[in-house]
Amino acid sequence: MIVTDTRLQVMWNRLLAVVEEQAQVLIRTAFSPIVRECGDISAGIFDFQGRMLAQAVTGTPGHINTMAAAVHHLRDCFPVQEMKPGDIYMTNDPWIASGHLNDFLLLMPVFFGGNVVGFTSCTSHLVDLGGLGMGPEGADIFDEGLLIPPCKLVSEGQLNDLLLNIVKANSREPIANEGDIYALIACCEAGSKRLITMMEEFGVESLDALATYIIETSRQGTIDAISELPNGTWHSALRVDGYDEPIELRASLAISNDHILLDFSGSDGCVSKGINVPLNYAAAYSVFALRCIIGPDIPNNAGSLEPFRVTGPKGCILNAQPPAPVAMRHTLGQMTPDLVYGCLTQALPDAVPAEGASCMYDLPLRHVAEVADRGDQQFALELVFNGGTGARPALDGLSATAFPSGVWGSQIEPTEATAPVLFHRRELRQDSGGAGKQRGGLGQRIEVSSATGQDFLVFLSVERIQNPAKGRHGGKDGAKGRIRIGENGPDLPGKGELRVKNGETLVFETPGGGGFGAPCDRTPEDIDFDIRNGLISKAAAKTVYGAKQ
Amino acid sequence: MEPNQGYSLSSDIGGTFTDTVLMSPDYQILATAKTATTVDAPAVGALAGARRVLQDAGIDWHEVAKKIHGTTLATNALIERRGARVATITTAGFRDILEIAYERRYSQYAINIAKPDLIVPRELAFTVGGRIDAAGRELHPLDAAAIPELADRLNAAGVEAVAICLLHAYANPDHERLLRDQLKALMPDLVISVSHEVSPEAREFDRLCTTIANTYIQPLMAGYLSDFQLRFQKEGLSCPILLMTAGGGMTTVETASRLPIRLVESGPAGGAILAARIAEETSETEVLSFDMGGTTAKLCLIDNGRPQTARRFEISRAERFIKGSGMPVRIPVIEMIEIGAGGGSIARVDRLGRVQVGPESAGSEPGPAAFGKGGERATVTDADVALGVIDTGKFAEGRLQIDRNAAELALETDIRSDAARSAFAVSEIVDENMASAGRMHAVESGKDLGARLMIAFGGNGPLHATRVARRAQVQRILIPRDPGVGSAVGFLFAPVSFETIRSRYTTLDELNVDDTNRFLEDMAREATEVVRAGAPSTQLTQRRVAYMRYHGQGHEIEIELPPRELRSADIAKLKCDFEAEYSRQFSRTVPGMTIEILNWGVTVVAPAPDAIKTDDTSGRRKKVSAAKREIVCELTGQTREADVFDRGSLAPGDVVEGPALIIEPQTTTLVSADFSARVDQAGCIRMTQTGESRQ
Repeated sequence: MIVTDTRLQVMWNRLLAVVEEQAQVLIRTAFSPIVRECGDISAGIFDFQGRMLAQAVTGTPGHINTMAAAVHHLRDCFPVQEMKPGDIYMTNDPWIASGHLNDFLLLMPVFFGGNVVGFTSCTSHLVDLGGLGMGPEGADIFDEGLLIPPCKLVSEGQLNDLLLNIVKANSREPIANEGDIYALIACCEAGSKRLITMMEEFGVESLDALATYIIETSRQGTIDAISELPNGTWHSALRVDGYDEPIELRASLAISNDHILLDFSGSDGCVSKGINVPLNYAAAYSVFALRCIIGPDIPNNAGSLEPFRVTGPKGCILNAQPPAPVAMRHTLGQMTPDLVYGCLTQALPDAVPAEGASCMYDLPLRHVAEVADRGDQQFALELVFNGGTGARPALDGLSATAFPSGVWGSQIEPTEATAPVLFHRRELRQDSGGAGKQRGGLGQRIEVSSATGQDFLVFLSVERIQNPAKGRHGGKDGAKGRIRIGENGPDLPGKGELRVKNGETLVFETPGGGGFGAPCDRTPEDIDFDIRNGLISKAAAKTVYGAKQ
Repeated sequence: MEPNQGYSLSSDIGGTFTDTVLMSPDYQILATAKTATTVDAPAVGALAGARRVLQDAGIDWHEVAKKIHGTTLATNALIERRGARVATITTAGFRDILEIAYERRYSQYAINIAKPDLIVPRELAFTVGGRIDAAGRELHPLDAAAIPELADRLNAAGVEAVAICLLHAYANPDHERLLRDQLKALMPDLVISVSHEVSPEAREFDRLCTTIANTYIQPLMAGYLSDFQLRFQKEGLSCPILLMTAGGGMTTVETASRLPIRLVESGPAGGAILAARIAEETSETEVLSFDMGGTTAKLCLIDNGRPQTARRFEISRAERFIKGSGMPVRIPVIEMIEIGAGGGSIARVDRLGRVQVGPESAGSEPGPAAFGKGGERATVTDADVALGVIDTGKFAEGRLQIDRNAAELALETDIRSDAARSAFAVSEIVDENMASAGRMHAVESGKDLGARLMIAFGGNGPLHATRVARRAQVQRILIPRDPGVGSAVGFLFAPVSFETIRSRYTTLDELNVDDTNRFLEDMAREATEVVRAGAPSTQLTQRRVAYMRYHGQGHEIEIELPPRELRSADIAKLKCDFEAEYSRQFSRTVPGMTIEILNWGVTVVAPAPDAIKTDDTSGRRKKVSAAKREIVCELTGQTREADVFDRGSLAPGDVVEGPALIIEPQTTTLVSADFSARVDQAGCIRMTQTGESRQ
């Protein structure tokens, strides 16, 4: 240990703090509810070559590799020698930025002593980019809204008004979009300012030594973690509901001494609705899932991500190519951890949880078109109600909890205060957690109707209506999700548009997680606890767990 | 300044020690005492301390006109789970508000987390029919017929206390009141908290948690407070006892017994109040208070003499310093960022070879290796000993012999380098952690640290102040007198006050002035009643605020309202004020965006002792010391000779150039090489960065 090493470590800590500060600046000023409630943003600092040095730990993992790769791409579009202080670059190209048009990526060169020393970057989800709006109904990317190729948004501090006007003119929410773009600019600038302050304070003129230290330390730490795993290749398949017919996802996971290769060969091809997934986004959730188990304590950067490599044949649904529609790429993207864990559990049977609800159960509600004429209340709600997570090797799954995403569930009171809807129920679903030595987390049941007599619309894009979360090592499957209008209404598919009429109640049940280990191995104390607390019925205790009484 | 009517006495009961301070009518500290906390009957230790200071000052019980009490008992009862057996009653269909919470894991990569323990198991979660909507209208009447059966079930389950939290009770409390009254009639001994009284804000999960926490500690706290009062009255105390609240005000025993959740986290508030008072005395408008003790460091932003406040904090976190891992409590509090960085924080090297410090702490038992009490792991204090900045012979007034060899051995073993370098690394990391937390807190609050005066206290605050300040770009530091007993002194400057916050949604454009005035008047009446009980005869003032935001945003901004009835003409002014504050925080406004108000606050305050503005007219006399110590300079990592002073020997106007150590009984002030220190008229040490930079 020498003083220089300590200084490098302190500077690393500082960079990690700076990206969190950047993220806060963005979250505090953002208009998009998904940003506010879920922290659906990313912020990072990059070296001169565009290698990621630090990234904020924000609400959703969808930005993890996407940002590291995107900055390389965007940087290469513009010659560094032509960059000027105060320049900022931008794109929302799903195949560069983060998988769908709503995610805008900004990149700002940081100048120190007259030279570019590095970059700050951030991504945020904008509310609306025109087209058919946020939903799976677009037939191609052109239906989904405005795509802005890599461009210079700010030139030496001067905002390109035409660009901003184009973004506003193509949106149903122009003011919110403008606010969000300013928030992104402020975020880049805050990061740049802090980075310069740090370089002044520590008297360094370039980030080279620091970058090498961060990347090499992290890469080595990750490789050390990988080297503890068994070598080999494992395969898995996951059948998901798809839009109107099931889709087969396939993966192979090859673990060698110093890297892990994940490949999606064999997965079905793209579909005609916007649930296709660009590879950058599929890789983000897959690598997130792997890193939860392999080296989770090592911060995200070019070094810790490098040993995780993700490939897939072009045109498969996890490597969708333009102009495939991708607006709801998260619906299947969030299923990839279960796919990856299907491989990893064969290598590490005692470390990997069972399958969970996984797909975020969002429930977007809107007013119907005719309210404008009638003078009724217009509204748009982005509600989220999660299912249960898979049982863990030594612990039950978590009931009504988001995984892999980090979204926050909605609260009833503020929702009812701002929109004309009335909830009748929000409770856990008894017996919905997959039985097992460790029980899967429970799903929940939501009942909602109109509060004022006006009809409302629901836009669904959820999974696990047909295909439940599977148990592991003898654990039972979790309950499937179930959606219907009225208690006795027919079961509805998980994707598409619904109209809930005045007087009707939407019943929205989220899936349970799978169990881990055989139910007969569950301890009597645990079974008794579950009965007392109403998590399982007495009947299930007898028939599923084989309880004596 | 108005003199006090008589003497003031304050007791701060902490986990280990009880601090007592006696103050004269003209606000001079006459005597202080530190006695051991008597855990089984904390009033006994407090009485011992009170007797001692009265005796030392030769004052009689009947001359005491003000008695203030702060206690960690409420906090500890929650942490140690020593409360009542609690059941919840929520609206039918919503049994699982607690189980479902925010549906979120508090740590993104940790798949094996357990959710925080929220006190009430699902088997004790009951519901009752009836429904109020968001506007406060009754959709279905309360199912009163079901209450007797509910009472039977509560009885059968052995429930001692109940938290009632019905949907939208903040907008219409009728159902909660009816349910409470009928239950009380059936079960006279049942302790009941109702959400519209404890925390009348929208967001059912937070409100339920707050109500649970209140009812959970209520029997214990009510018993304790009445015992405390009785013992002091028996001894001869004739004035009422006032309790310190988390919001930085004082309240009566009656209010504290009804709403004990308001007492949680009141101890650290005392320190912030002391810093706020010094800010006023020195006419400093932007201050950062920095309180570093043995286990944690606490930072608070103070603007224009007012500590920053918040409406929500977390208790009993599953992981102590991880946001979101605890139980939310929604009450007005002085907002402090607390991090696991204190003298006892343990240092280690992680598997990437990085030095990590805290949050694990060696506490005071076994304590740092240097204490020689059995601690073997390297701590921040051990690093300070090895750096030479703690005088081994004078630590804790010489009552504790410091073992430098043990400190160095622990550092060499745990940090795997020679002692000086290890110590240097530990200091760098822990100081960076504190500075980062401060910067982050400022960013979250839309504020900047750079121009602030840091007021540093606590046992380790003066020792680390320059090191933290430099990293936070803070250039000026003030070390008050008696920096080791900040909280108990701070209590004596707190006003009798009560703050109430209620939810009521409106857009600014559609604000109905008459309805809003009735609503605010009702809040003011509630708060006045509480304050009047503790300050019967003084002129009370009001502060009214609205929490506003642009439609679609999550972050609310506090905007002060006129302390009178609103008029239609005020709406335009409120819009201006909101835009000005928004633009101050975010550099721009969003023209055309709807502005909405979700929550409203009314604070009623009795006057606090006026601050005595000090004009610093002392000159500048450069002092040198014959006493020297070798210290490791944190700027260079090189050994350097530092002047050593006894704080008592320095007079107003004396100037000390760094590197230097200023030693006093409970702590040491480190004047770093790039700082210069001067003693001001009031005896405070003022340090200023002189610009010598790293080499």
